[in-house]
Amino acid sequence: MLDIFVPADTTACALGADAVAAAVITEANIRKVEINLIRNGSRGLFWLEPLVEITTEQGRIGFGPVTVEHIPQLINHIFEPDITDNTALCLGLIDQIPSLKNQQRVNFARAGIIDPLSLKDYLAHGGYLGLQQALTMTAESMVDQVIASGLRGRGGAAFPTGIKWRTVLETPAEQKYIVCNADEGDSGTFADRLLMEADPFQLIEGMTIAALAVGASQGYIYLRAEYPKAHRVLQQAIDLAYSNSYLGKNIAASEHQFDLQIRLGAGAYICGEETALLESLEGKRGQVRAKPPLPAISGLFGKPTMINNVLTLATVASIFARGADWYKTFGCNRSVGTLAIQLAGNIAQGGLIELAFGANLRDILVDFGGGTATGKPIHAVQVGGPLGAYLAASEWDIKLDYETFNDANAMLGHGGIVVFDDSVDMLQQARFAMEFCALESCGKCTPCRIGSTRGIEVIDKIQQGEQPKQNLILLEELCDTMQYGSLCAMGGLTPMPVRSAIKHLKKR
Amino acid sequence: MPNKSNHDANSSNATEDRITIKNLPVTSAETTISTAQLETLLETVSSLKHLPGALLPILHKIQHQLGYIPSEVIPDIAQLLNLSRAEVHGVVSFYPDFRTHPCGQHLLRICAAEACQANGARALMQHAEEKLHIKSGHTTPNNNITLEAVYCLGNCTAGPSVEINQRLHGRVTTTLFDQLTAGLITAGPINAMPRPDQC
Ligand SMILES: Cc1cc2nc3c(=O)[nH]c(=O)nc-3n(C[C@H](O)[C@H](O)[C@H](O)COP(=O)(O)O)c2cc1C
Ligand code: SF4
Ligand code: FES
Repeated sequence: MLDIFVPADTTACALGADAVAAAVITEANIRKVEINLIRNGSRGLFWLEPLVEITTEQGRIGFGPVTVEHIPQLINHIFEPDITDNTALCLGLIDQIPSLKNQQRVNFARAGIIDPLSLKDYLAHGGYLGLQQALTMTAESMVDQVIASGLRGRGGAAFPTGIKWRTVLETPAEQKYIVCNADEGDSGTFADRLLMEADPFQLIEGMTIAALAVGASQGYIYLRAEYPKAHRVLQQAIDLAYSNSYLGKNIAASEHQFDLQIRLGAGAYICGEETALLESLEGKRGQVRAKPPLPAISGLFGKPTMINNVLTLATVASIFARGADWYKTFGCNRSVGTLAIQLAGNIAQGGLIELAFGANLRDILVDFGGGTATGKPIHAVQVGGPLGAYLAASEWDIKLDYETFNDANAMLGHGGIVVFDDSVDMLQQARFAMEFCALESCGKCTPCRIGSTRGIEVIDKIQQGEQPKQNLILLEELCDTMQYGSLCAMGGLTPMPVRSAIKHLKKR
Repeated sequence: MPNKSNHDANSSNATEDRITIKNLPVTSAETTISTAQLETLLETVSSLKHLPGALLPILHKIQHQLGYIPSEVIPDIAQLLNLSRAEVHGVVSFYPDFRTHPCGQHLLRICAAEACQANGARALMQHAEEKLHIKSGHTTPNNNITLEAVYCLGNCTAGPSVEINQRLHGRVTTTLFDQLTAGLITAGPINAMPRPDQC
């Protein structure tokens, strides 16, 4: 029976994949051919979605972007390959496409290849090898392994993961928690979503290993409500893990217990900040807590809590399966491993590009991205989400690693890159950064809550040509107040997109 | 010959989406619910009360069933969880997703975040506002459509992103927007003042 893959990924479906899948079934029935339709996750090559694949002796062959109208032809082509219509959509062997072949996939090695809800597929592709390894180790040596790997948190702050794990391990308590931050609120980012939809067991495995390492028996995934598909896939994967003894009592025939639940957010960006997230998990308003105490010492319900991003936890599974030394072969400077680069906005070939840290930004935009979707020149790119800097053409020869970005007064964050063509109004973008801060501020401190609203007013005056020089100085002072007077990075980093946007405005 | 599929062949997702939509209130901006309704509702949510940090799961459940969180239920939830009414109200009002009033018959959410801005989301929002004669965050006077801005739906490579009754669409040009909404918009008295949506 022929395997036909049609992604059930959020973006694939937003571009018509459900209708394509239905049409494949209908057409196969009409032609009375037997097929096995698999709803896989996405490979992350979103400009080719819906990307339909079939298995052949040579490997997986791709077609895309496919519409319902293409299906009769496509099925013809598949079953009578000598009929050479429809070849335009045929992409050949999918893993030979340069955009995929030139990546270094660690976290996303299985994405789009396997059936996300087949535990059998997961195991056949190296799944749960990490947990097997972990079960042979002591908690201390597990934490040492993470420290040795050099892994740093992928949620934005890039804090060394192993150090946090050690703190949780060494804090004595009856109850400890593992929390996965799946709030992914940054515009231009979708790597967490892609992973959860395409390879959910990897996250479950990573969280299980983390639980063993720090001595936690309960885990929560705090998932944003904007991701209903990820929610469904994850929930089904968790149910499967339970029924196959990968969660619950005696996981993988050991004496360990680990329970895992999903909790949904409710549209507040600030709940991605770890302490606001914990408040929200406790059923409260998502307001930022002052640190100390660190969540690792006193976190969820006052108990030691390990909170990590989706990708951080997923990476742990690979590190345990293949070793810290192997993981360290990727990366540069102190940025070890691979970065899930998310190329979004006005870009011809947008999608997920996983590469070792240290790739050149311009190469990403040009070689992988192929320039803007509108065909106009790229004017600016915003890297690192709504709190990240706008970079103009003269700044694109920059290595994508944490240190280089810090030195350039920019931020790599969660790895999102949003591309704008030359129709962008940089002052409007600066205003939006303030608007977003005003809208999403948790309200705890004045510089953020009030400063952002003042910021909007000042930018409006500049826009209207009202004493622009004085108002630019005022804006600069306001940025200083926000940067130095805010409790968390929401207010503290909003000046970064504002200042960088204004800088490029002046140049123009 | 039957075709095998790993998940429900004709897209399980689409079906589930529709079930949720049915649960949205279809008529009336009135926000009163009957005592019987209230009782069944409380029965359902009290099964969640044992969860640590149960308030958000409970609010989600209520909103899923009714499409909004009626003010009438707040005292009962407060009692159920041993919280003050102010605390419950404070949580409801903090989170943008929780509505205190039902939205219109159809809910349109347009992504207004940066990656979609780069693909023309601002112009699309303006188009929608002009077409529906309401501002974002409002409902048409005949209660037909609620229009809202949302900040990122994870579809940032294929914007502008628009969610119509919880179904996501990518690369929504103004033309596609008109096509997608053609069957939803019903003619009504559009001269009246739009009702501010306290969602
Ligand atoms: C305003 C704000 C929003 C954040 N949003 C997210 C988010 O959506 N996802 C995430 O993983 N981390 C987010 N973070 C970072 C978290 O606070 C925290 O550093 C992270 O969850 C730690 O996990 P890691 O060490 O694995 O990166 C945010 C931080 C701030 C200040
Ligand atoms: S900076 Fe803003 S978001 Fe952060 S704690 Fe202060 S008010 Fe809240
Ligand atoms: S910015 Fe619109 S979907 Fe992400």
